[in-house]
Amino acid sequence: MSITLKVREIIAAQALVTLDDVGVETGLADLGLDSVALVEIIFAVEEAFDITVPLNATAQTHTFTYDSVAAIVAGVEHLLNEQAK
Amino acid sequence: MKRRVVITGQGTINALGHNVPDTIHAMQKGTCAIGPLEFEDVERLSIRIGAQIKKYDPTEHFTNAQLGLFDLYTQYAMLAAAEAVAQAGDCLTRTSGVIVGTAGGGLQTQETNYRKVFQAGKNRVHPFTVPRLMHSAAASHISMRYNLQGPAYTVSTACASSNHAIGQAFQMVRSGMADTMLAGGSEAMLCFGGIKAWEGLRVLSPDGCHPFSATRNGMVQGEGAAMFVLESREAALKRGAEILAEVAGFSMTSDASDILVPNQKGAEQAMRNCLKDAELSPNDIGYINAHGTGTQVNDRIEAKAINQVFGTKPPPVSSTKSMHGHAIGATGAIELLACIAALRSGILPPTIGDCINDPECPIDLICHKPRKAQIQATLSNAFAFGGMNAALALKHPL
Repeated sequence: MSITLKVREIIAAQALVTLDDVGVETGLADLGLDSVALVEIIFAVEEAFDITVPLNATAQTHTFTYDSVAAIVAGVEHLLNEQAK
Repeated sequence: MKRRVVITGQGTINALGHNVPDTIHAMQKGTCAIGPLEFEDVERLSIRIGAQIKKYDPTEHFTNAQLGLFDLYTQYAMLAAAEAVAQAGDCLTRTSGVIVGTAGGGLQTQETNYRKVFQAGKNRVHPFTVPRLMHSAAASHISMRYNLQGPAYTVSTACASSNHAIGQAFQMVRSGMADTMLAGGSEAMLCFGGIKAWEGLRVLSPDGCHPFSATRNGMVQGEGAAMFVLESREAALKRGAEILAEVAGFSMTSDASDILVPNQKGAEQAMRNCLKDAELSPNDIGYINAHGTGTQVNDRIEAKAINQVFGTKPPPVSSTKSMHGHAIGATGAIELLACIAALRSGILPPTIGDCINDPECPIDLICHKPRKAQIQATLSNAFAFGGMNAALALKHPL
């Protein structure tokens, strides 16, 4: 399964919408997902790809961005590349 | 200022029923909800019975997002609170509060995540592990659900937790500190680790709960929650609410003697102080819902303490734990349902189990079948490990 498809699946499950409603450019806020849902998504992404997302929920800035499906996919790809090195 | 305090809403989920009417119906019929326990690794336990809530599907009551945050004990508390608030009607304000008693809190969340990191060797746990497991989670979620911005916290005094919670809520309303309070208890300890720890203490019965019987051989655990809405009598009358019972008095004492063995003097003092607080004489009490755990020592000491306080003609006593099990931090709240029903219906719930006379427990035990009696007041005892005693007296609403 592609990274994009898996991320879309995770987000769709969290937002209780169908996969078709979650496009690559869909923003998390557009789906009504709040900070609590974001933490759930990050956890599901970590489990799915066996990576550790460097997200500190209390920090103001993040190296991992999560505004949209594309941003999360890019972040996952980056972490997987780092892990492979 | 000393206001009169009444109960205008009650809610529960426990092994006898998923709501108050079903629970009271089962209690008055003398139903035993104790049976084989069902959960992961139960075959590794030597104690395999308990009063477990059956036919419970959390997805019928909560969204996925809620279930990510609600340990089972929080779910039970939320369901009991919802039933109580629905019955009480429009009485909660932003200055209202909530006090929840629990001994184990989010114990099942701890167990699940310890299994992951220690047993399965995983290196990450769910991000909401802390907000799920904390003892105060249920009080927080109830406060958010009903926008209660007054006093909100958790009381943890083992088997007396919910009596302490209800008693403190009573004192807050009586003193004018809060106009309306939600209070009760919740417990979800029926899991491998929960029972394994109790098993080690050698106080659980392998075959059944027989309070005050000569054949008693230990307690049987239960689970669930009960919550109540407490408000001033004046406010309840003003808004035309149905008053279920008046909370007449409350007391708390500490044995200050032993971490496990109860002390007769501490139990006596708790009952005496409660009667004094309620401005009732021993003769006024028509029913005692005993702590009655079914252990040798608790029942003997409690029976003797009742005799000391109530003299030669003590009121009828039952231990409903023989039906719904010992729900630990929730047990006093579930037992208060029995007291309210006794006041309202004139039907005193029975003790089931063996009920074989023990000369060491010289009390008027209601055995097997309910007893009819028009009563004016009840007493409910909770005597916890560590010598923490809390007693509540209720009066008929009139």
